Amino acid sequence: MTTQRTSGRRKQALAAAAVVAGLLTTAACGGGNGSSKDGAAGFDAANNKVAQADQVKKGGTLKFVSTQDADSWDTTRGYYGFMWDFSRYYSRQLLTYKTAPGAEGAKLTPDLATDMGKVSDGGKTYTFTLRDGGTWEDGKPITSQDIKYGIERSWAQDVLSGGPVYLQQMLDPKNTYKGPYKDTSKDHLGLKAIDTPDAKTIVFHLPTANSDFLQVLAMTAASPVRQDMDTKSKYGLHPFSSGPYKFESYSPGKNLVLVRNTSWKASSDPVRKAYPDKVTLDISTNQADSDQRLIDGDYDIDASQTGLGPQGRQIALKQHKDNLDNPVSGFIRYAVFPQSVKPFDNEHCRKAVIYAADHVSLQTARGGPIAGGDIGTNMLPPSVAGGEGQKYDPYKIATKNKYGNVNLAKQELKACGQPNGFSTTIAVRNNKAQEVATAESLQAALKKVGINADIYQYDGSQSPGIIGSPSNVEKKKLGIIIMGWGPDFPTVQGYGIPLWDSKYILQSGNNNYALIKDKTIDGLFDQYTTTLDEAKKTQISTEINHKVMEGAYYLPFTFERLLNIRSSRLGNVYTTNAYSGYYDFVNLGLKSTK
Amino acid sequence: MLAYLIRRLFAAIVMLVVIILVVFSIFFLVPKWAGVDIATSFVGKQADPHAVEAVREKLGLSDPIYSQVWHFFKGIFVGRTYAAGGDVTHCAAPCFGYSFRSEQAVWPVLTDRFPVTLGLALGAAVLWLVLGVAAGVLSALKRGSLWDRGAMVVALSGVSLPIYFTGLLSLAIFSYGLNWINGQYVSISDSFSGWLGGMILPWITLAFLYAAMYARITRATMLEILGEDYIRTARAKGLTEPVVIGKHAMRSTMTPILTMLGMDLGALIGGAILTETTFSIPGLGQAVLTAIKNQDLPIILGVTLITSLAVLIANLAVDVLYAVIDPRVRLA
Amino acid sequence: MTELSKTGAAVGEPTDSSPKPSSFLEVRDLKVHFPTDDGLVKSVDGLSFQLEKGKTLGIVGESGSGKSVTSLGIMGLHTAGQYGKRKAQISGEIWLNGTELLSADPDHVRKLRGRDMAMIFQDPLSALHPYYTIGAQIVEAYRIHHDVDKKTARKRAVEMLDRVGIPQPDKRVDSYPHEFSGGMRQRAMIAMSLVNNPELLIADEPTTALDVTVQAQILDLIRDLQKEFGSAVIIITHDLGVVAELADDILVMYGGRCVERGPAEKVFYEPRHPYTWGLLGSMPRLDRDQQERLIPVKGSPPSLINVPSGCAFNPRCPYADVPKDNLTRTVRPELTEVGTKHWAACHMSQEQRERIWTEEIAPKL
Repeated sequence: MTTQRTSGRRKQALAAAAVVAGLLTTAACGGGNGSSKDGAAGFDAANNKVAQADQVKKGGTLKFVSTQDADSWDTTRGYYGFMWDFSRYYSRQLLTYKTAPGAEGAKLTPDLATDMGKVSDGGKTYTFTLRDGGTWEDGKPITSQDIKYGIERSWAQDVLSGGPVYLQQMLDPKNTYKGPYKDTSKDHLGLKAIDTPDAKTIVFHLPTANSDFLQVLAMTAASPVRQDMDTKSKYGLHPFSSGPYKFESYSPGKNLVLVRNTSWKASSDPVRKAYPDKVTLDISTNQADSDQRLIDGDYDIDASQTGLGPQGRQIALKQHKDNLDNPVSGFIRYAVFPQSVKPFDNEHCRKAVIYAADHVSLQTARGGPIAGGDIGTNMLPPSVAGGEGQKYDPYKIATKNKYGNVNLAKQELKACGQPNGFSTTIAVRNNKAQEVATAESLQAALKKVGINADIYQYDGSQSPGIIGSPSNVEKKKLGIIIMGWGPDFPTVQGYGIPLWDSKYILQSGNNNYALIKDKTIDGLFDQYTTTLDEAKKTQISTEINHKVMEGAYYLPFTFERLLNIRSSRLGNVYTTNAYSGYYDFVNLGLKSTK
Repeated sequence: MLAYLIRRLFAAIVMLVVIILVVFSIFFLVPKWAGVDIATSFVGKQADPHAVEAVREKLGLSDPIYSQVWHFFKGIFVGRTYAAGGDVTHCAAPCFGYSFRSEQAVWPVLTDRFPVTLGLALGAAVLWLVLGVAAGVLSALKRGSLWDRGAMVVALSGVSLPIYFTGLLSLAIFSYGLNWINGQYVSISDSFSGWLGGMILPWITLAFLYAAMYARITRATMLEILGEDYIRTARAKGLTEPVVIGKHAMRSTMTPILTMLGMDLGALIGGAILTETTFSIPGLGQAVLTAIKNQDLPIILGVTLITSLAVLIANLAVDVLYAVIDPRVRLA
Repeated sequence: MTELSKTGAAVGEPTDSSPKPSSFLEVRDLKVHFPTDDGLVKSVDGLSFQLEKGKTLGIVGESGSGKSVTSLGIMGLHTAGQYGKRKAQISGEIWLNGTELLSADPDHVRKLRGRDMAMIFQDPLSALHPYYTIGAQIVEAYRIHHDVDKKTARKRAVEMLDRVGIPQPDKRVDSYPHEFSGGMRQRAMIAMSLVNNPELLIADEPTTALDVTVQAQILDLIRDLQKEFGSAVIIITHDLGVVAELADDILVMYGGRCVERGPAEKVFYEPRHPYTWGLLGSMPRLDRDQQERLIPVKGSPPSLINVPSGCAFNPRCPYADVPKDNLTRTVRPELTEVGTKHWAACHMSQEQRERIWTEEIAPKL
């Protein structure tokens, strides 16, 4: 869930916003007082807690809207956070996240498996038994072979590009298996790391232990896929359902309709409640319009969970605040200092920038406390186990130095050997208005301590080749890179390994922009992956975060918050840390089925 | 007349081939020069160089340009098969490319979305033609009057206000505010009345912009025509004023109007991007916008070609209509 | 014609100021003024004349003298199709066959147009609609006044085209104006004008746009047709030569007024106005040497907004100082009878004019 995939705001909507907002406000006053006010659960009522679970009735049509379609509905290929959240309607995994609010929702629970599995061989072997009654949409039972085949598909990156590759990295780090389509064995189940002794048993053999392996098994990419139903690259157009709902129709970029999978048995599924009869998703290209329809209650919920747009936010806060939640997302917005670009090889110069920055101004540039989020003080999201939020603030970013500290910055410059400041370049994606605004804020603050920064805007879709190429970063002298990052799964590994572990420094598509080569941090990650005790894992996570912050590689801007709206028809609504503060879609229900 | 038509048709075909070549060059050469790698954006977050290479192979981006052009043209007539990594995708003729981003052939996307945009464009065209021409004629006949000045001020505002402003405004008033219409697009095959309800605001919004332009052109042309000798002759014959205006003057006035209509319709069919975006109408414009966001080149290419084709056909239609209206053109 | 005489009786109720005239066409004190940003343009400023059936009147003058405005005034084309605020101001009386046109119901006048009075324009290419066939335009002219089907009207159109001398009329009827030569086009125009046998035909510079050989043919055609139909004809031209053989009476206009009027032979052989002399002098004569010809009228036509005081012609008149007391520049000369049915508006005495004509002008012509 990198940030470049999440926001879909229209430039023209922004441009028209100022003028139209007022009109919309008055218009909504006049006619928009329909059902929304009645029965709304209240502001933040579903933020980390369950709202109106007792009022839910079975049946009805749950209506999603989104300003963008999923990258793919193929369980192997999807990488958008909301796709993972939504995919639980039609796909099951061995394990999944608890359908519970907040931090509890980030915990795992058995789904197709009968229990959390048996770990043996020092964390290198996992054995699961499948629950009875799990079926495909044609009524045939889901077998361990189906699960293996579904996982094997992640190896076929040439055909099924786009999805996460954690399974491959943990089960076959050397990438020896060529994927099921090039698999010459008869049953195309040649992946050695997984055994399926019988239809009900599945055994995973990891070359090296990884304590987050269960997290990875809970990802959508670990869903079963039945071989005879695999349409390869076209699977995303109609995934074969293992969950309570199945695809009725799907037009890419237009709409998706799910109806009940009549073969699915509630008795076989301890997680999914399957309240509505039908789930629809309409893709709207006009955020202002879709926001207004959410506010009016024409739609129940925003599938992409990107939050309301500027004018929708204004109207909703004024008139329908009881329908809003303002949860912390898993995202942190930040600036990062590549050590290959002088003088950022010196930690004092990095610290100088951290002290010089006006953190309130950066928060404002991100959209302020509600739309932007809390001032970020460290690099581990509060929603991830071990995250401490603003309690850990080594540079006093949210307190003493929140408007910047020129004296401290100058001291650090002196220590760095650049007492009069220096010149550098801030790299920022040109398609993100808020990121450009933060770049400008930073530029202004740095000027006060003598650091002259140029702003280099680049095409955001080309990030992997521009800022993801260390040689290019060095060549272009991009000393400050503005980015954002969210966890793929809510642990320090799911968030931080690509950013901080020296093994993840790549020549293209690199995410360790700071080029951190810290043996302590690498060691802590190794320790983490072999530690099975949860309390210990949390402690290591906190420690990794502290090490990263002490190195001054990052200047955090915000712990991002979302401002999401739920219609008054919805019951059993709650946000979950499993999906970065999104509402948990799978068990949403309607209070009235009309 | 026939010779004239054949000549125009031939010119149109040559034009189309040139357009395809130019569009191809733009879409396949320019990214190369600009150093933009399409394949990279197809793979996931942890870009594995092998996967990037495989994707590049699959998209046919590693082939030389002339071979890509050849395969594209061939695909239009005999269809095309994409095979990579054990996955075979067939794209039946007429194959205008295959979008690996949304996993569908381009042609069905075009045929699916074309009628939507056509409905939008034609409906709006009828509206703006009637409104614009009527307002223009009235303004010309009541030159200098309060009506004339008022209509021309409205027309000026219509020309200068952007669609996303008038569009959002009309949604704010009629849909969110007064709740007269829902304003959401419904497919015509689902419900005709629903379709009408969803299209009425886009039609009005689009028609407002164009009616304004047409009113101004109509007024100016009508004023010019009214000064023509043959209008005096028509009156000298004893024809009533409605016949003089409605028949003799209108026929001449329609010539430039039709030229404009042809151009505008052609361009609109290619995609009323702003209108379709504002009202979430799943037409060609929306398809191309989404495709641009997703770097979905085949769709962009397909829509561009359809746009060019639409403009060409519209111009051809205008040329034919021209010959029907003005007998002098038939000689040319 | 019953409808016409009925209306005529109602409108033309004899009063003291406007007794119903006996002439077929009588124009009394016609004024046509156009308001503009620069002031009031007095295109026609008090014009009177009569015309009998079967007779031809030639109205002669330079461009801007008001002759075309007069003809359009008679046709009622200043009021028809006048849109916008600035309308032509028309006063006076126009009696056609006992009906006063200026005070009549505009729709009644419209019905007269094309049926009782018809017009031929200067440039047939621009006067014919380029998008309709010749036949369609003639058929339209016929059917607006006759309740007949298209077939009958078409037959009539072919008949008229044949009558005006267009070869293969049954084929040419389907041709477009641009497919005709200039002369043929004017013939078609004439056919269209005469399709309803009008009693009054106004030909506004009918030959100006044509080359010389065709000019004569068209003039011959008009003369023949007039004899055949017995219509009254007004020929408007800047060229005295055109009306020399055609007109019974000639009216010379200058600055929106009549400066001389009389039978053709009188105006040609005993002209009594210096402007008429000038016009005669500028007539091309093949039997004279170029150098001997009288120099045409010097200067340019008067402004119709600020018409020169006194005689409008005085700035250009070589004899402006002949009358005493600066009369030409202060007092506007009225038309006075200078012979039988012959009027002229000049301050010079009869004798002075006779002398100048016979001694100075005539020998040079």
